[in-house]
Amino acid sequence: MFEALIRSFSDMIYLALIKEDRFNFLVNGFVVSVQLTFSAAVIGVALGLVIAIFKIRNKGATAAFANAYITVIRGTPAVVQLTVIYFVILAKSGLPAMLIASIAFGLNSAAYVAEIVRGGIMAVDKGQTEAGRSLGLSSLQTMRYIVIPQAVKNVLPALGNEFIVLLKETSIAGYISIVDLNKGGQHISSITYNGMVAPLCVAYIYLLMTTSMASALDRLERRMRAGD
Amino acid sequence: MGCYMKKIKIFVMVLVVASIFLGLVACKNDKKDTGTKDPKVLVMGTNAAFPPFEYMEGGQVVGLDAEMMALIAKELGMELKIVDMDFDSLPTALANGQIDIIAAGLTVRPDREETMDFTDTYYTAAQTVIVLKDSGYEGIVDLSDKLIGVQTGTTGSFCAEEFVNDLSQIKTFQNGMLAVEALKNGQVDAVVIDNNPAKEYAEINSNLDLIEGEFADEMYAMAVAKGNKVLLDRVNEAFAKIRGNGEFDKIIDKYVK
Repeated sequence: MFEALIRSFSDMIYLALIKEDRFNFLVNGFVVSVQLTFSAAVIGVALGLVIAIFKIRNKGATAAFANAYITVIRGTPAVVQLTVIYFVILAKSGLPAMLIASIAFGLNSAAYVAEIVRGGIMAVDKGQTEAGRSLGLSSLQTMRYIVIPQAVKNVLPALGNEFIVLLKETSIAGYISIVDLNKGGQHISSITYNGMVAPLCVAYIYLLMTTSMASALDRLERRMRAGD
Repeated sequence: MGCYMKKIKIFVMVLVVASIFLGLVACKNDKKDTGTKDPKVLVMGTNAAFPPFEYMEGGQVVGLDAEMMALIAKELGMELKIVDMDFDSLPTALANGQIDIIAAGLTVRPDREETMDFTDTYYTAAQTVIVLKDSGYEGIVDLSDKLIGVQTGTTGSFCAEEFVNDLSQIKTFQNGMLAVEALKNGQVDAVVIDNNPAKEYAEINSNLDLIEGEFADEMYAMAVAKGNKVLLDRVNEAFAKIRGNGEFDKIIDKYVK
């Protein structure tokens, strides 16, 4: 009985991955997932920094916008944001799905990045800012040369974690017709009418990616701490 | 290097555990005299986003397939339970015994026959192309380099793969309605889907046109797990009965004009 199991299992793996080079669905999907994560990270960090600054300054319309933005994005599921942006907000925009997805994931990430950055900046001792100002630096210069370099060290673990989360979040891109790693696995399942091999492989590939990112992050953190 | 060996070992272990689990699950599927998991309940799997065969109304799954299966369940003296899920999850759910039978506007295809057993066919359908009214497309020849919206795992997606220049032109969605939404937004140039849902969508949306007759006829049937002869025979028998006494024709007239 065990022999038959092993044989049927290797048949399943052959059908799912090797026949007709089906593993390409996973390879191409992997590339798409990485592309999405990267573009979303760029948008997320850029926008997140801006929103964090708005929220810290706490003055007028910009602060109100920042607060509202963070509330809405953190208060709705990413998959809902993605489908609303694709089927409603940017529906008639003529933009390709990949761009829309990058925007949606970037907008989502920005809210979390903003809070992380804000936390990191607030964690820098107030004495640093006071010292900087008393040395004659403007508030912007103090930010730039004294506070932010120290904040970066605070922020790195949480920010790195956010990017790992972002990678996993891109797995919902299939809802708007993008064939990412997860959807590629689903395609294999639907062609082979077998939903067992592909999901396991997809899970394993995500795991490899996230652990590589985590260990790279770890090395970076240790490097920064070595400078203390 | 050692790090990767460890990861490969863990992966192999996970696969072995999964296959053992599979073996246990396969053994548990000892069908009793009814061919179903629960002798009193017939569990039907479907994707309730496919009018007029199955769709949601008032929180219930209704439609041609739902009513047909209700009649069949009654003939078999069983209670009908309908489970709604993604269309491309149905084959796996059937193989795992999570559902006893698929009734989902499912087309008979030789590649599907390898993993499930089809009942007698109950409907003839064909794939149709939906386009925007002023698009000027008249046939699939015009669409060979355009973006085509389909539902994952359906005959529509397989037919679309036949006429496009490159597979990347095929945009898959969870169900037909979302594909049609994308069409209305101009995010795809055409949708390939079964003719009955296509007609429903064209009725609801005044800016859609149908290009019919481009694809060969196909037959819908219900499907049971491969080798489940007991349930297969019982369902075929019950179906023959409701066909013979005119009850099935009433359902056809009700849902398909």
